[in-house]
Amino acid sequence: MIEYWNPQVERMPVDELKELQEQKLKELVHYVYQHSPFNKKKFDDAGVKPEDIKKLDDIKKLPFTYKQDLRDTYPTGMFCVPNEQLVRFHVSSGTTGKPTIVGYTKNDIDQWSLSLARALTSIGVGRGDVLQISYGYGLFTGGLGMHYGAEEAGATVLPTSAGNTEKQLELMQDLSTTVLACTPSYMLFMNEAAKQAGISLKDDTKLRIGILGAEPWSEEMRTRIEESSGIKAYDIFGTSELSGPLFTECTYQDGIHIWADQFLVEIIDPETGEPLPDGEQGELVITTLVKEALPLIRYKIGDLTVKTSEPCRCGRTHPRIMRVLGRVDDMLIIRGINVFPGQIESVLMNISEVGEHFMIIVDRVNELDTMKVQIEMTDAAFSDKLNDIMSLEKKVASSLKSVLNLAVEVELVENGSLPRSMGKSKKVIDNRKI
Amino acid sequence: MEDKIIKQISLFSENKSGKLASIASNLKNANVNIRAFTIAEAGDFGIVRMVVDKPDVAHSVLHDAGFTVSETSVLGIEMDDVPGSLSVIADVLGKYNINIDYAYAFVTKSDVALLIVRVDDIKSALKVLSSANINLIDMNNIEAI
Ligand SMILES: [Zn+2]
Repeated sequence: MIEYWNPQVERMPVDELKELQEQKLKELVHYVYQHSPFNKKKFDDAGVKPEDIKKLDDIKKLPFTYKQDLRDTYPTGMFCVPNEQLVRFHVSSGTTGKPTIVGYTKNDIDQWSLSLARALTSIGVGRGDVLQISYGYGLFTGGLGMHYGAEEAGATVLPTSAGNTEKQLELMQDLSTTVLACTPSYMLFMNEAAKQAGISLKDDTKLRIGILGAEPWSEEMRTRIEESSGIKAYDIFGTSELSGPLFTECTYQDGIHIWADQFLVEIIDPETGEPLPDGEQGELVITTLVKEALPLIRYKIGDLTVKTSEPCRCGRTHPRIMRVLGRVDDMLIIRGINVFPGQIESVLMNISEVGEHFMIIVDRVNELDTMKVQIEMTDAAFSDKLNDIMSLEKKVASSLKSVLNLAVEVELVENGSLPRSMGKSKKVIDNRKI
Repeated sequence: MEDKIIKQISLFSENKSGKLASIASNLKNANVNIRAFTIAEAGDFGIVRMVVDKPDVAHSVLHDAGFTVSETSVLGIEMDDVPGSLSVIADVLGKYNINIDYAYAFVTKSDVALLIVRVDDIKSALKVLSSANINLIDMNNIEAI
């Protein structure tokens, strides 16, 4: 039987959902125009007034919001409420330039938790589950966001935060953790560490579900993780500017449900900015419909994905976005060819001899881009005949070439020698000086 | 006849300084003696092949130290007169379409030359070499060297 957190809302007919969105969008534009001088200026510069937004389709008239806008208005220049109405700040570390600050009213936190409570219910997580949260707690939204959402959903939270894997495994066994929330990289690391300690996640723990996110991972990686850990692995999506982790797939693992009464999702052509129809890959743009402290209008997240408005087999009518395989920012351009690390992961994980860890090294030699992929020699793939190893390297290189249309050097390295990560893993080293 | 099979230790190693020292010290700490040792190199990596007196111990010690390691079945052939016996061995195996994957030789303390051979069909190789009166050694001989 399919469980819903709020069946009336989650199964609302699509037309009614759209009406609801239209109403909320109209309120939103008036709200930000009134409360955020930054947004007012943006509207004015674009020659659009709140009154111009009469129907849902009019959203096209509104200017996009960029991450850079948040940096430019650091720390709280885009907020729509005075600071004393905030109950929390989160800070996302900026790899370049200033970090971005997100503020939350009490209602913002409640809406965030509600979104996650629906999501957790949709994967069958709730009362009776022990949810071990191995996302970092603190300024990062992952830990605390999941914490409040899981409590709202009725699960028992084990707030381990990231790191100290030995302790994590010990508590996982002693407190019968059933659900683990972490990055896919950490899931792999934990599985490896468990094996080394003589623990089988499959047989020696009660773990049945992994909620994995905060970095892109492929469908092929999911298969690997599910098989090696004996769990169901679900993709979770969200970004700190929108609040934090917000949405997951349901048990059908067929796209991430974006709650339409809270968020309005568009897919646009990254070049022209024009909205794209369902089924076409483009850049994800999200408008927050109910946030108070930091509402965002047409926020360009930078993820490339595909949207569908078809109701899901689970009965939920809200739109879904398919697995996010890469961000516009992660795209590598090698000799003029666009390459996403996710594509490489997909190819590698389809080759049974290849382990779960890899590293992409990009360089420029004699004015020519080169790409090398390091993979680990696993016990299962090892042969003491040189020919066998060299044909494995060739097999991987030709599989990569056929998908990427690019010559790739494949280098086998010792098992365990590539970096393991407890958080977001770094999969690309770009040594090019451009 | 199967008892003539020798368990060779094979491991994958990046060509980095300190790797061989690490292998050697791991084995030394476990009281494993290396009888024969060779490296097949290919660019960034190499395959280390070893005949040791306690292959099971060596395997578990190296595995626990994080190496990708396997036990491979090979033959140890005693050679009195090296050039002559090498061609006899090759002829015998060739006649029965048994391919040699690789081979390496070493000399024991008692001045006996041993040839370690990996073939693609070890059972047939055992049979045809024995019928040709070629002397194969076993793990007991390796321990006694
Ligand atoms: Zn669904």
